[in-house]
Amino acid sequence: MAEITREEIIKPENLVYKKTDLLVDRALSYCPGCGHGTVHRMLMEVIEEMDIQSQTIGIAPVGCSVLAYEFLDIDMQQAAHGRAPALATAIKRLMPEKYVFTYQGDGDLAAIGTAETIHACNRGENIVIIFINNGIYGMTGGQMAPTTLPGMKASTCPYGRDTQIMGNPLKITELVATLPGTCYVTRHSVHTPANVRKTKRAIRKAFELSYANKGVSFVEVVSNCNSGWKMTPVQSNKWMEENMFPYYPLGDIKVPTV
Amino acid sequence: MAKVKGAIVINIERCKGCEVCIDACPESVIAMNKNVNAKGYHFAMVTNENCTGCTNCAVVCPDGVITVYRVKVPTEV
Repeated sequence: MAEITREEIIKPENLVYKKTDLLVDRALSYCPGCGHGTVHRMLMEVIEEMDIQSQTIGIAPVGCSVLAYEFLDIDMQQAAHGRAPALATAIKRLMPEKYVFTYQGDGDLAAIGTAETIHACNRGENIVIIFINNGIYGMTGGQMAPTTLPGMKASTCPYGRDTQIMGNPLKITELVATLPGTCYVTRHSVHTPANVRKTKRAIRKAFELSYANKGVSFVEVVSNCNSGWKMTPVQSNKWMEENMFPYYPLGDIKVPTV
Repeated sequence: MAKVKGAIVINIERCKGCEVCIDACPESVIAMNKNVNAKGYHFAMVTNENCTGCTNCAVVCPDGVITVYRVKVPTEV
């Protein structure tokens, strides 16, 4: 039997995967290998699958993903630094029929926005919080973040984070899991295909639970920052597996009881 | 028993050459081109015909530059 050629395979009826049309056809502003792009795509795939493009309102943060509204083809609102959960609270209370999510980094959510995050989670607002944790301030030049690991180098701690002077990394995901207002708290990553698919399922579950008025759904994605960590993308993924995952273990931290 | 054959199409102008797809591919289909695109990045290219259309590379690509096609080819017993 004759071998099938590449041209015979590449036909519209054989298509199995392409970038979703809900991502605007524009080059992403992120560094090569950055997890933001993957999380954006998974988020948009969930919205496409649930067919809620016109019912979803996203809150863009301050940080690398400050321009998220340039890429996500849904209604978006920009919040002041760290204030995304407060803004999401207002939007969800005014329009309870909408799906409302915030998309925040660790500097935004766990440093300047700690108060807003904790109180929104404690009040049990019916929103989704997507938290990208790369342990560093990527956008401003790789300064130490609350989530920087002990001994990890950053531009403001060039000899590594000394916990005696600089304190310990903040496990904000475990912290919000203890609050009664959260219904679903989970931690994932996007560095391998299997983990990307798990992250997508978690985001979908989070959207469904928030729409069912169960409380805050909090999805942490442990991501890399190869520019900030001064590594290649592949090295940074490996470093993340070896160093970030022991401190930030992947998996569900709080699941709703039926 | 049908055999699965796949093919990928890479949008080379959007590829940033992060090489994450190379690690994700179980069949070692992808490699980096020694040429660069308009932005100066080495871009991913297909090197052989072993693709099974598993979509791993496309799922893990941060910039979503890979489109995957797959067919089932009936083989004679």
